[in-house]
Amino acid sequence: MNATLPQTETEFTRTRGRVPSYFEEGGRTVGSWLLTTDHKRIGILYLYSILFYFTIAAIAAAIIRLELITPQGDLVSAETYNKLFTIHGTLMVWFFLIPSIPSVLGNFVIPLMIGAKDLAFPRLNLLSWYLFNIGGLIALYAVAIGGVDTGWTFYTPYSSAFTNSHVVTMVAGVFIAGFSSILTGVNFIVTIHKLRAPGLTWFKMPIFLWSNYATSVILVMATPVLAMTLVLLSIERIWGVGVFDPKLGGDPVLFQHLFWFYSHPAVYIMILPGMGVVSELVTCFARKPIFGYHFVAFASVAIALIGFVVWGHHMFTAGTSIYSGLFFSLMSYLVAVPSAIKVFNWTMTLYRGRIFLTTPMLYALGFIGLFTIGGLTGLFVAALAIDVHVTDTYFIVAHFHYIMVGGMVTGFLGGLHYWWPKITGRLYPENLGRLSALIIFIGFNLTFFPQYIMGYLGMVRRYHSYAPEFQIYHVMSSAGASILGVGYILPLIYLIWSLKHGKKAPANPWNATGLEWQTTSPPPKHNFIETPVVTREPYQYSPEVEERMIYG
Amino acid sequence: MAEAHEALAEQFEEMPQQTEASLLGMWTFLATEILFFGAMFLGYIVYRSTYPEAFAEAGRHTLILYGSVNTAILLTSSFTMSLAIDSAQRGRNRPLLGFLLLTILLGCGFLLVKGLEYSEDIHEHLVPGAHFTKELSAPGQMFWVLYWIMTGVHSLHLIIGVGVLAVVAWMAWGGKFSEYYHNPVLISGLYWHFVDVIWVWLYAFIYLINRH
Repeated sequence: MNATLPQTETEFTRTRGRVPSYFEEGGRTVGSWLLTTDHKRIGILYLYSILFYFTIAAIAAAIIRLELITPQGDLVSAETYNKLFTIHGTLMVWFFLIPSIPSVLGNFVIPLMIGAKDLAFPRLNLLSWYLFNIGGLIALYAVAIGGVDTGWTFYTPYSSAFTNSHVVTMVAGVFIAGFSSILTGVNFIVTIHKLRAPGLTWFKMPIFLWSNYATSVILVMATPVLAMTLVLLSIERIWGVGVFDPKLGGDPVLFQHLFWFYSHPAVYIMILPGMGVVSELVTCFARKPIFGYHFVAFASVAIALIGFVVWGHHMFTAGTSIYSGLFFSLMSYLVAVPSAIKVFNWTMTLYRGRIFLTTPMLYALGFIGLFTIGGLTGLFVAALAIDVHVTDTYFIVAHFHYIMVGGMVTGFLGGLHYWWPKITGRLYPENLGRLSALIIFIGFNLTFFPQYIMGYLGMVRRYHSYAPEFQIYHVMSSAGASILGVGYILPLIYLIWSLKHGKKAPANPWNATGLEWQTTSPPPKHNFIETPVVTREPYQYSPEVEERMIYG
Repeated sequence: MAEAHEALAEQFEEMPQQTEASLLGMWTFLATEILFFGAMFLGYIVYRSTYPEAFAEAGRHTLILYGSVNTAILLTSSFTMSLAIDSAQRGRNRPLLGFLLLTILLGCGFLLVKGLEYSEDIHEHLVPGAHFTKELSAPGQMFWVLYWIMTGVHSLHLIIGVGVLAVVAWMAWGGKFSEYYHNPVLISGLYWHFVDVIWVWLYAFIYLINRH
């Protein structure tokens, strides 16, 4: 314990005239962080961790984009290139995107939003963080000793019978991180069921809770299938016995089925929480209750459920039957319905709202636009005939980056700015925030829109050299990536700056509804002095009367 | 409500809420477990339907006596586990401890029999790889790959279960449980029954299908 800090809560309150924040109570030592069971501190631990993995994965992406400026493979060898996109994919998916909003913002905000003192299982929450990092460090160890060249999908039989790279080590890392996902999912489900404040019925819950609930269902139901699939893959690779290897009677397409049974729902793990954040932002900064609350809430659940029966659309060209193709194509169209419901409802929420173009709102609007483009191109590839044409091209790469980066990362940054005053007790510089949101939007589109075009024209993914006619698109893409890089570094600088020099945040800088704004910024260790009682519907904003907001 | 019990975690208002949360948490985790085993069962079903004859032939090499004895042992252990939970709910500490120890004993008995069966399997060259028996084809070998993985993962779960019950028994011995608080007994019991149910499926899939 830090000797200069008062030792107990009562002593602190007596000497300072206020309740200690979660930073202050329990001290500021390293031990107080590494052994904490406070959901707020664990959320921050996750923030540091995912920033670390994101940086490494982003460096891999930067080298990839540098290599692709010229048609010749001149910067790195083909083999190194394969390892680079494997690092990028593996780290970004499992060690950045999946934990990004749930484990950082969800961890921090969910108990506050439901008026609870903590998650249902605080020690389990800390265990999740440790498992996550043990998995992450093992994955990085696999990179350090030579890397993996299979891509993040680890398709057999290449991964099990042919490649000489460190598949088993990498897979072990992903396997362990998977348990972190599962435990987080269990924790969120139980917390949302059992720890809601008095009066907070299911249909009074903010949409962020609905979307994290739906996400948790996927985490719990899909991750174990990936875990077992990776075990089977490792057994085949280590002992050379047949599980998926066709030479030994196995079926490599079975691997693809099992892999995508997890990995397609995982795509919804990587977008649903972002949708939840956007629902909070759009209502707050349009000063209107959300349009069609029940539809938006149930759309999250519908996306999670239908998301479990679309995996086959990753295998239209893998030799699955025409009936399977028809089914999965139809289901993939169906999942667009709840997604579209969300987009239309956000738009209707904006309509005749009193719109404040703050940083979080710019991110939210960016999300809606980029998600719409990513979602609509998803419909192209859900169509059997078009999918055959664009499978394994940059069209696919552009499509999923529009969802995962344009959607989830934008949503994450929007949410991070929105809750930053609550998390840190400081305000960030608003103009720099707006500028970076704009830079990211421009940089992102310049990076990925050309990839749609070149993909449609036949540029195949995962090659380090390519036909010269595609160079113009690759140059545009690489230029966009450098702008995007600036857009990511800028918030990193001013957010860190704001920790010391930002203005002190009031309890509710956005004049927002939601229980998390009713406590101090930053909140005390147990979140609320008194357990709040909920009597009103969520999002009771009224655009007609509210002329002012923002920073009181 | 009496003064706060030492086992009542600070994030809960009262013990029934904590009990419900623990139970829901375990049920949710068991949903995960079902999908975890489900991936293996799916693989088994796919390959069994692809190679019905080879799988039937390979299945006839399994040692049904060991499998049947183990089924009886494990079902009995679920019974003693239920009695342990019943004792906990009535706040009867000594029977609780006794039934927990009996359950642990039966679990160890299962593992012992499984070990004997494994050693006989090894003796019969039923370990996939270079020394696999020449009597069976490549798809037959796949049956045995799945046999080792599925029963192996199940045994691992049982070892974890024995460990968990040992901790719970130690807590019972220390007098931690009462009518008011016995969550660890309830949730470890749920887990134990789950591992038992998985074995019932394994027994049917591995030892019984197309035996004759």
